[in-house]
Amino acid sequence: MKKRNTGLLGIAAVTLGLMAVGAPLQASETIKVGTFLAVTGPASFLGDPELKTLQLYIEKINAKGGIDGKMVELIHYDTGGNAKDAVGFAKRLIKQDRVDVIVGGSTSGSTLAAMPEMTKAGMPFISLAGSVKIIDPVNPWTFKTPHTDRMAAAKVYADMKKRGITKVALISGDGGFGKSGRAQSLALAPEYGITIVADESYGTKDTDMTAQITTIRASDAQAILNFGFGSGPAIVTKNIRQLGVDLPLYQSHGVASKKYIELAGGAAEGVRLPASALLVADKLDDSDPQKAVLMAYGTAYESSFGPVSTFGGHAYDGLMIALEAIDRANSTDKTKVRDQIEATTNFIGTGGIFNMSKTDHMGLGLDAFRMLEIRNGDWTLVN
Amino acid sequence: MFDQIIQFLATGLSVGSTYALVGLGFAIIYNASGVVNFAQGEFVMLGAMSAVGLLAAGVPYPLALLVAILIVTLVGFSLNKFAIEPARGASVVATIIITIGASIFLRGAALLIWGKDIFSMPAFSGNEPIEIGAATVVPQNIWIMGITVVLVLLVRYFFDKTLYGKAILACSCNKTAAGLVGINVKLMLLTSYGLSAAIGAVAGLLIAPIAFTSFDAGTMLGLKGFSAAILGGMGSGMGAVAGGLVLGVLESLGAGLISSGYKDAMAFVIILAVLFFKPSGLFGFKSVDRV
Repeated sequence: MKKRNTGLLGIAAVTLGLMAVGAPLQASETIKVGTFLAVTGPASFLGDPELKTLQLYIEKINAKGGIDGKMVELIHYDTGGNAKDAVGFAKRLIKQDRVDVIVGGSTSGSTLAAMPEMTKAGMPFISLAGSVKIIDPVNPWTFKTPHTDRMAAAKVYADMKKRGITKVALISGDGGFGKSGRAQSLALAPEYGITIVADESYGTKDTDMTAQITTIRASDAQAILNFGFGSGPAIVTKNIRQLGVDLPLYQSHGVASKKYIELAGGAAEGVRLPASALLVADKLDDSDPQKAVLMAYGTAYESSFGPVSTFGGHAYDGLMIALEAIDRANSTDKTKVRDQIEATTNFIGTGGIFNMSKTDHMGLGLDAFRMLEIRNGDWTLVN
Repeated sequence: MFDQIIQFLATGLSVGSTYALVGLGFAIIYNASGVVNFAQGEFVMLGAMSAVGLLAAGVPYPLALLVAILIVTLVGFSLNKFAIEPARGASVVATIIITIGASIFLRGAALLIWGKDIFSMPAFSGNEPIEIGAATVVPQNIWIMGITVVLVLLVRYFFDKTLYGKAILACSCNKTAAGLVGINVKLMLLTSYGLSAAIGAVAGLLIAPIAFTSFDAGTMLGLKGFSAAILGGMGSGMGAVAGGLVLGVLESLGAGLISSGYKDAMAFVIILAVLFFKPSGLFGFKSVDRV
């Protein structure tokens, strides 16, 4: 579970000893990046690519000589998707492993549970989870790189507004992602002049949603928005076509993987969704500032592990923001690193272009999401 | 409104049929041994996953389905042979716990073999929706209902009319007495596990084209099938079928007419109510203890 060099333990021990007698010495010879991810368990589709990405890039950085001449060391714990374990591992990373920065927390649950520990210890923390609650209200020590569900809802509503849609039927999964997406969609609708005319839900393991869609069919909705991930959205998509409902269907970034197209098959044609540019890296204009970064990440990941996922991309963004901040700070002093993360400007990542500030600990604008449409079984960009 | 109700009923009957098949599997093993086999949902998952795996390996469609049923039947046999039979002296509760262990084991094995992805399976005969009155269904819904009816009748015939079926029932009434009149109790138990595994596999094959499958798809279906069996009366095959259909229709009507958020809650509240007034289920026999 945990990889570390025993030699480093010695160094750490000596350092600890020196610190105990009050010698003003740099913390250690390596930069320690701590992480706790859901590599196994139900959220492993998040944690698995995240860990692979962190390992891959730390290896690459060390091969190039590290940061400021120091090697980067990754200390990892697997939470199995359990928020309680996440808290324990966060404490261990802070107190026992004495890491310099933490990049991790695959799920919103584990991130939110571990955040108080980071604040107490004054540990710069970049979360890889989606919920908007992580950065709103702003916690001085916590940052995040993935897009929020609020952004997804906003992006969808903006696209609907352009098409003149004002009445929307909402259908969401009853898992954490679907529930949170539903809440954000309901809250944001009035801002875009949109009325929610139907608000349906389904169980994440349900096998048929035609009852809910029959109700939607009877409403005067002009479009359907579905928040969820896993098999649910694919079944919703198939059921909508089965019932002959001819309304535009919007999905969330929760289905932004080829798997969704494969599962829903022909029914997915014409479905629109907001997603990270990583999915359509090869279709972007050469002038797009993100293209080079996306292609480089995609090639590096795919040559080692197979198809990229946006989740691994979030880990890349988090790691790079953290290491660049340490590089700029020329130190691993927690407060300095935190200030430098907050000062991140124009960082081109896989999720978008990050501009953090005191009031924005994610730093992504709506343009970080691209609106995609599924045509002929593939993603296409909507302009 | 009336049109909508027709659609809700069509959906409910189709979903209910799959619950019915899973429930029937529960009832068969319960009939033979008084044990609730909590690995029943895993049989459903294994059926679908094996078929998907075989299809991916290039096995032709109908053959893949048959081989998948065969594989799961063998799994059912082995579950009995290697987990249930060695513990034959154990109490019913201990055996039930063994089946819970088996379900965790099978889920883990599926995870190792096929990974944690969700898989789709092509439908038996296309995806073109069919309009029946005011309701729209896909051909797979009709396959589900049709095959369920056929299987239910076959199982009923097997238990009511054949010597073999009656011998299994005899084992459930009194193992010792059944053994004394020359029934091979071991073989009957083995048959009942194989039979319910095969029925579970068929349920999995029927539902995979509309609801997909993954290593953990069996858990929820197992739970719904168990509810169906309880609602109908544990040990009554026809009761399990009726229970499944009632559960499916209740869920669908609840989701459509009242609120989709309380769909599962309503179904379970009704089950609780039924069990409160009729603890042996809708079609169960009153159990009488002789003192």
